[in-house]
Amino acid sequence: MLINMTLNGKKITDDVEADLLLIDFVRKHGCFSVKRGCETANCGLCTVLLDGAPVLSCSVLALRAHGHTVQTLEGLQDEAAEFVGFIADQGADQCGFCNPGFVMNTISLLREHPDPTDDEIRAYLAGNLCRCSGYEGQLRGIRSFLNSRKEAKHGAE
Amino acid sequence: MEQNNFKSVQKSVRKKDSMQLLLGKPVYTEDICPKDALVVKLMHSPHANAIIETIDTSRAKLVPGVVDIYTWEDVPNQRYTNAGQTYPEPSPRDRLIMDRHVHCVGDVVAIIAAENEKAALKARKLIKITWQVLEPVLDFHTAKDHPILVHPEDNWSSPCEVGADNRRNLVASARSSHGDVDGIMEDCDIVIDHTYHTKAFSQTPMETFRTYSELDHYGRLHLISSTQIVFHDRRILSHALGIPKSRIRVEKPRIGGGFGSKQSSVSEVYPSFVTLKTGRPAMLIFTRKESMEMGSPRHEMEVRVRLGASNDGKIRALDVYTLSNSGAYSEHGPTTVGLSGHKSIPLYTGSLEAFRFDYDVVYTNTMAAGAYRGYGATQGTFAVESAVNELAEKLGMDPTEIRDKNMVRQGMVMPAYYGETANACALDRCLARCKEIFDWDRRYPVRDMGNGKVRASGVAMSMQGSGISSVDVGSATVKLTEDGNYLLLIGAADMGTGADTILAQMAAECLDCSVEDIEVFGADTDASPYDSGSYASSTTYVTGGAVVKACEQLKQQLYRIAADALQCEPDDLTFERTCIRSLLTNETVPLSEIAYKAQCFSQYAAEATASHSSPFSPPPFMVGMAEIEVDTQTGEVTVLDYMSVVDCGTPINPALARIQAEGGIVQGIGHTLFENVTFNSDGKLAENSLMQYRIPTRQDMGNLRVEFELSYEPSGPFGAKSIGEIVINTPAPAIAHAIYRATGVWHRELPITPEKIVMSLLDRSASEQ
Repeated sequence: MLINMTLNGKKITDDVEADLLLIDFVRKHGCFSVKRGCETANCGLCTVLLDGAPVLSCSVLALRAHGHTVQTLEGLQDEAAEFVGFIADQGADQCGFCNPGFVMNTISLLREHPDPTDDEIRAYLAGNLCRCSGYEGQLRGIRSFLNSRKEAKHGAE
Repeated sequence: MEQNNFKSVQKSVRKKDSMQLLLGKPVYTEDICPKDALVVKLMHSPHANAIIETIDTSRAKLVPGVVDIYTWEDVPNQRYTNAGQTYPEPSPRDRLIMDRHVHCVGDVVAIIAAENEKAALKARKLIKITWQVLEPVLDFHTAKDHPILVHPEDNWSSPCEVGADNRRNLVASARSSHGDVDGIMEDCDIVIDHTYHTKAFSQTPMETFRTYSELDHYGRLHLISSTQIVFHDRRILSHALGIPKSRIRVEKPRIGGGFGSKQSSVSEVYPSFVTLKTGRPAMLIFTRKESMEMGSPRHEMEVRVRLGASNDGKIRALDVYTLSNSGAYSEHGPTTVGLSGHKSIPLYTGSLEAFRFDYDVVYTNTMAAGAYRGYGATQGTFAVESAVNELAEKLGMDPTEIRDKNMVRQGMVMPAYYGETANACALDRCLARCKEIFDWDRRYPVRDMGNGKVRASGVAMSMQGSGISSVDVGSATVKLTEDGNYLLLIGAADMGTGADTILAQMAAECLDCSVEDIEVFGADTDASPYDSGSYASSTTYVTGGAVVKACEQLKQQLYRIAADALQCEPDDLTFERTCIRSLLTNETVPLSEIAYKAQCFSQYAAEATASHSSPFSPPPFMVGMAEIEVDTQTGEVTVLDYMSVVDCGTPINPALARIQAEGGIVQGIGHTLFENVTFNSDGKLAENSLMQYRIPTRQDMGNLRVEFELSYEPSGPFGAKSIGEIVINTPAPAIAHAIYRATGVWHRELPITPEKIVMSLLDRSASEQ
């Protein structure tokens, strides 16, 4: 059946099968950042933004995105680039396979909570699994981004 | 000898691939391979031990889109092993690509190749099999000399002397000892004697097993695979498929984690077989369920420790027996088990008068085990370190004092570690520093927090190795490019650890340039120089050694090229950051010019390749301390703080070394508290998804703190040893210790779940009444 949506700012129309998952739809349209890590909605690797809200694209039918806006990391490169360097400075990117889902959810976190506490960060990102880093380096990276943003603000004042 | 004025080494530079990874660029197998490849799906055995009487694929082949379906009748009858190990592999050759006799639930019984996934899955449902179901051997305690044989086949073989015998269900067996263990044990004031049990924990890298295969423009088999072992893969595929090694090329792109799981050729052979049969590109992506059910998890082990000591806390004798469950196949069975003794007993070299270490590794009809970070040392460390903690509690001594009294120290010869000398050992400083930052003296005493909540702490030490001594070979090729920068080619596999980057840091140190001036390529069996692969904590120490050698040899090549230009002898030249200088005339030739000279009427290449191997495997050392809170009503354990101090020699990149430590500790917390593996009476795995096999989230590990105590390993590049594996070993014994402190009950089986804790407290109060 025919669906249309805005994917990373581009209007697209496609003929899809009723059971096609959003993750497979966006990968078919070149958004390879979206990863599959499980079949049980446990890992968070496939996180995309549907009308600005984070969803697991493995648990959403492509049909459900009909008439809506979908964003993947391919469409949010500038917003991600603001903070991911701080994660890299910690070496916390590691194998990188969980990074896109984690970065997408962190974008959402920072939009919702511009100044989160450590526990708020841990709670918001709890659904984003990472087997390499032990999480602490990701937290240090986000914290150091927030600190540098605060310093920059103070400097500007 | 000891340097500390490094320019590129011992610096926390970013991983070279960081921004590509963090911005989600397409760099993994599934992202980069052609999308029109045949979809490969596998059909798995539902039985643990059975023989296929008939298998009918005729209806399945009629499904539109199905290209072909293969069964045991189509594959070579030559047994091989999937273990990524140096030839001749210690793991017995017991596998066929598909066997008429299945050996465990999950064994592959059909390979389906189709134009799309839907067709492949539909066909899978239409394959009809009639089975002769046999009784399986599921209990590893009774597997040895069991009347039922897991591998009764006549063409089973064991190329190495590891004590394997398929007529006895034995994958390996050995005895070793030093000194009069029984005599000293007899003479000891106190003997601790307990058995410790660890499960077949899953590595669970975020990227499941996956392989793409095609025929290249010469008709050779070309694989792109998520693997730690490109060269071993090539040999394994050659053995399995019966085609020459020179007709196979294996490369790895970025890989989404390994932790040892991809040190076995788990997925490679199936799409390769399809490509050879059809001539078409083929891709196999394991589901998470498949990765859990037919992966290559940790060997389940039961380690019995008899520890003899005197009343003043001197540890005099250790007698360790390990029973290891290799599952249905031998992969890494004969080698993992050795570490359970060889990397736990030598921790007490300082006082030990005698030791014995015996083991049996058995076949059962359960999922085959493989390599998992720690590789047997994790199991042995849980056992021996727990026994030492039990000794301390029995004697009423502080467990850090007992360790201080008995531990291995720098300069000691370690009889239980192949007679190697601890040339770089800061274990004593690690313990002292960890006590200090943890505030051990304040936090060791048990504290009742009210409402049934109790806080307590525990401690453990660990050691590992750095590569496999006298076996592992690392190699590096360094090429000068025309802009005066360098290309570093390696066959080791960066699986996310930052190996590419730390090797570039070493090259930059040798060539007096910045890390940005070194580009890294790897790994590809056609283009990379030979490397055993990234496992056994080898890359920093072994491949790093090769990088240092290759850089030195490259300089000699550049002198030869420059000597022509400057009309002098190579010996008259010296290397500077951007040029070669004549010691006679002070004249210089820029490196970029030398690169161009090598391309025009030159007899010398501006490149060098060097291999390196070491007769030693210098152990890194570590101390870990955990503070937990136990809810005695629910049995829930909360890890509040985990502090550790690591001696990895010189940390080449402190930020990456720290992440290794933090990541390893969190994996260790996972298998200590909730990652569980259970098989039902039919041999089916219960925990086959991330829903049931729960790995730690960021809310499960409390605060982590990692520090380094430097030592300088004389045989290592820039004094380095290793970091990748040791870091997973301390959580289980340290947390089990803390749980005993809080509850008064020792748990000698992992994981220590809330149910077990509550039940143990109920048992205890029942027995007290």
